[in-house]
Amino acid sequence: MTGLPLLSLVTFLPLAGVVLVFLLRGDEARVATQSRWIALLTSLFVFVLSLLLWVNFDTSNPGFQFVEKLNWLPGTGVSYHAGIDGISLFFVLLSTLLTPICILSSWEAVEKRVKEYMIAFLVLETLMVGMFAALDLITFYIFFEGVLIPMFIIIGVWGGQRRVYAAFKLFLYTLSGSVLMLVAILVMYWDAGTSDIVSLLQHSFPVGMQTWLWLAFFASFAVKVPMWPVHTWLPDAHVEAPTAGSVILAGVLLKMGGYGFLRFSIPMFPQATEFFQPLIFVLSAIAVVYTSLVALAQEDMKKLIAYSSVAHMGFVTIGLFALNQQGIQGAVFQMLSHGIVSGALFLCVGVVYDRLHTREISRYGGLAENMPRYALVFLFFTFATIGLPGTSGFVGEFTVLVGAYMASTWVAFFASTGLILGAAYSLWLYRRVVFGKLEKADLKLMPDLSAREIATFAPLVILALWMGVYPASFMDPMAGSIELLVKNYKAALAAVEPISLTGTLLAWVQ
Amino acid sequence: MYAAIVFLPLIAAILAGFGGRVLGDRGAQFVTTVAVFIAAILSWVSFIGIASGGAGQTVELLRWIDVGSLDVSWALRIDSLSATMLIVVTTVSACVHLYSIGYMSEDPAKPRFMAYLSLFTFFMLMLVTADNLVQMFFGWEGVGLASYLLIGFWYKKPSANAAAIKAFVVNRVGDFGYALGIFGIFMLFDSVSFDAIFRAAPGVKDATFVFLGMEVHALTCICLLLFVGAMGKSAQLGLHTWLPDAMEGPTPVSALIHAATMVTAGVFMVCRMSPLFEFAPTALTVVTIVGASTAFFAATVGLTQTDIKRVIAYSTCSQLGYMFFAVGVSAYGAAMFHLMTHAFFKALLFLGAGSVIHAMHHEQDMRKMGGLAKHIKITYALMWIGTLALVGIPPFAGFFSKDIVLESAYAVGTQAGYYAFILGSIAAFMTAFYSGRLTFMTFHGKPRWGADEHAAHGHDDHAHNDHHGHGHAHTPHESPLVMLVPLFVLALGAVVSGWLGYNIFVGEGREHFWGEALSTASGKDTLELAHHVPLWVKLLPLVMGVSGLGLSWLFYVKSPHLPGQVATSFRGLYQFSLNKWFFDELYDLIFVRPALWLGRVLWKRGDGTIIDGFGPNGVAWVTVFLSRRASAVQSGFLYHYAFAMLIGLVALVSWYLFSRNG
Repeated sequence: MTGLPLLSLVTFLPLAGVVLVFLLRGDEARVATQSRWIALLTSLFVFVLSLLLWVNFDTSNPGFQFVEKLNWLPGTGVSYHAGIDGISLFFVLLSTLLTPICILSSWEAVEKRVKEYMIAFLVLETLMVGMFAALDLITFYIFFEGVLIPMFIIIGVWGGQRRVYAAFKLFLYTLSGSVLMLVAILVMYWDAGTSDIVSLLQHSFPVGMQTWLWLAFFASFAVKVPMWPVHTWLPDAHVEAPTAGSVILAGVLLKMGGYGFLRFSIPMFPQATEFFQPLIFVLSAIAVVYTSLVALAQEDMKKLIAYSSVAHMGFVTIGLFALNQQGIQGAVFQMLSHGIVSGALFLCVGVVYDRLHTREISRYGGLAENMPRYALVFLFFTFATIGLPGTSGFVGEFTVLVGAYMASTWVAFFASTGLILGAAYSLWLYRRVVFGKLEKADLKLMPDLSAREIATFAPLVILALWMGVYPASFMDPMAGSIELLVKNYKAALAAVEPISLTGTLLAWVQ
Repeated sequence: MYAAIVFLPLIAAILAGFGGRVLGDRGAQFVTTVAVFIAAILSWVSFIGIASGGAGQTVELLRWIDVGSLDVSWALRIDSLSATMLIVVTTVSACVHLYSIGYMSEDPAKPRFMAYLSLFTFFMLMLVTADNLVQMFFGWEGVGLASYLLIGFWYKKPSANAAAIKAFVVNRVGDFGYALGIFGIFMLFDSVSFDAIFRAAPGVKDATFVFLGMEVHALTCICLLLFVGAMGKSAQLGLHTWLPDAMEGPTPVSALIHAATMVTAGVFMVCRMSPLFEFAPTALTVVTIVGASTAFFAATVGLTQTDIKRVIAYSTCSQLGYMFFAVGVSAYGAAMFHLMTHAFFKALLFLGAGSVIHAMHHEQDMRKMGGLAKHIKITYALMWIGTLALVGIPPFAGFFSKDIVLESAYAVGTQAGYYAFILGSIAAFMTAFYSGRLTFMTFHGKPRWGADEHAAHGHDDHAHNDHHGHGHAHTPHESPLVMLVPLFVLALGAVVSGWLGYNIFVGEGREHFWGEALSTASGKDTLELAHHVPLWVKLLPLVMGVSGLGLSWLFYVKSPHLPGQVATSFRGLYQFSLNKWFFDELYDLIFVRPALWLGRVLWKRGDGTIIDGFGPNGVAWVTVFLSRRASAVQSGFLYHYAFAMLIGLVALVSWYLFSRNG
């Protein structure tokens, strides 16, 4: 394609913005304004660059593209190796899209330590893109863990009342998962002699070892997704995070778990994946029903959306482990759709939070009266999250369920109850916030969406519609890579005896 | 042309919805009404083309979902079935658009209302012209959205909001079945497009698959699941509870969505899927029984309601039951015929009721009406046309279609068929009774709207209540021409559509007209048998209708003290009917409350006490305890994390060194 190392530019260019912001000196208010602008322009530029990845992406090639390789730790086989395939392409784009939107949405909401805030977001962008583009296990791990540091700081510094508790919870959960994953990574290196992901994808791990490696990765990814019952960090983190933090958390961070399953667990440990498929199904189906019911009972807007995120991610894990074309492609699509739609819903909460500084649902009501534009945008995303056909939410959910039905009718049955409950809690939220009589005096003073706010929502509305009406633009690039993944998975299963429970137990005893 | 029919209303909706401020109220009304009128004219052109022997066609628009072997396109399928629906939808919609200009003349949000109506029309047209199940689902859910928006149009009313949510969520219960049906079809046929499914259907008529751990007959299972969807949309017994509440929406909405078009989508869908249902006799039996039971149930409730719109709503529910049992006995043509005639006369009744409500300054309680005949003569005459058509008096439309439906039920000769015939005939009697009751209570007798009622509706009230009437006129007044013209059009339909449509829908011309669109795969030609039933079967519906009307005359005109006496002597039955068989209370008790309770328990106990208690908070407690013991260092949590990263780094480095040496 072009001679430029496009992928690395997209990954590391935000750091240039970081340097610029870092060098700003002088009057605090001026520094704040300048750092906002620098951060916005940098991230917009990065987004435009990342679009070139999409434009130049070769749909017919299921392998990795835009590959770059540098020897980093010579002699160990550990290198800086980056590239994207149809699966990671859109996650990179999602990250580069949401970053400028986050910066724009924090324009007025963040007033203290603006400089540091912008630095944190730009660093976060580099880490996210780097993680999705990493083709070396060690670099992946560093990015994967690194993402947490700015996130942790964003919640801990710019968060709400109980930010310390939330950050602490996040820390405990993720740490326990990551330690196990680190051990697994070391074991994999010793077994395969390389940390290169492309080579690891060719390597077949001994069946007995797969079980343990799978579980170790599972510990880390399940927390990230998050799967039931390790989801309780998410509502707290969301509630305490600033709006933009929630957007990134829901939009990108949760997808790291799903991406991890897809990049490592499924292709590298196929036998274990098959063995643990029922476990994932059960946990996911519980997640869908359980968290949807919990969402019904919420009194805090952000918590409600956070719980709905867990339910939607339940669909994703079901789709991934349906292990067929529809399931996996639907799951990836659902992750992208959820990134946009739930990100937008958190922005919707942010709009009213910025005006009234409370997330309590009962404080609102009747906003349709004085904020008609807001009512429309919120309505759109409410129905997108419900999965109305014509929006992105439907395409993802529907395709996942088609795949799930072929894997197990039970799972499809229980997951489909999410369709009913999802409509109930979303519409109930919308009704309490937007409909009804406008009675409270402070609500009457709230202005409708500003031009800046419309600018943050507009791209998300367009995307959610585009993905809903003509999803082929997104489905086509990912189809090849996922087809290859499914084919390899099936071939790997055919080659080796499946894991039997007794066999595992025997291996244990010995 | 076909694309224009479908997309003109969408374009109009977008223009009116977003350009409301630029176009103004008049502009928005003009754009939407004209667009739908053009669509209606084009629909009639295409219907006449197809009825006179023209070939149907499929118009491909765009790729949609294409994942592996799942390949769904946006496409418009035009055949006699969808052409019939096109004229029904666009004609009624055009009438309702025009009518709304008058009916909503005092509402401040006219562009929004018109935009919603046009948006609904678009989704409904997408539904009926779909060439695959997923696109039909798009229209299916889309009309649900429009219905939600229109029921809750007066969003300041808590009851309207509740009704809107109820409508959407109950419909979702049906959609849950529909979606599972689609998945089953995809698994069985590896396709979701109608052509492919129908072609392959005979080949899999004995196939089985495993559903929820049970080995079941595939087509029966699929058809039953699809029927659950149809039950939700068409308000059949069990999933009907949303329809009466939906009357919270403005009356034109009730006419368009909750009488003529959207609620018939379930009937249409089952007819569309007839090539599958024909191979699933068990499913057809279920359809028959549910349909007949609904026809009976809703009629019993209709007897005692006092809200004029709710009476008509239960009547709609009951008539939809007729359509379903016609489908259940494989008389698809009869079902579609009744669907069409019903659309005209029921829309007429609703809009007529709207005219009454308009005249009464938004009073809907029939107990506060009476003696209106001399004040609103035109509406009175039109309501009689609608009533006679619904009751099934010749030569009005309902006579032809209801007759053939009941005859088919008798002719098929199965137990389910007889069940439907008996319940349907009793329901026909009740239909006549409540229709007569409605008309007599509203238009005859002494006026029960006195001066005191106007005092209660003081002028100051109205100033604050922008959707309640105006309170200028003190006697009921006839509606303006813009509201009466649509009524004339629908009245014309209610008079002539029966004998005009008889031949092609159910008579000699039916095979030629329906062609491939309706299946007769089972070889059972119910409609043919229906033409040869004994004379008493043919006469029974008419006898029921006339006697029902007669009884209502006796009750509400001749001796008005009778209803009270009957109500007192059959108190239990009366309460049972008045409270709609207690479905709402039952559902609240077994679904709504437990779900909310469970949500709270899972949240507080499940997440709070168990998961957090033993998980992070427990671990945190132990950690804090240990760290207090181990060190006196002041540690922020950031420090903790940095420490963890450090451990990670140390591990990495040591492994690096280790592997270089090793």
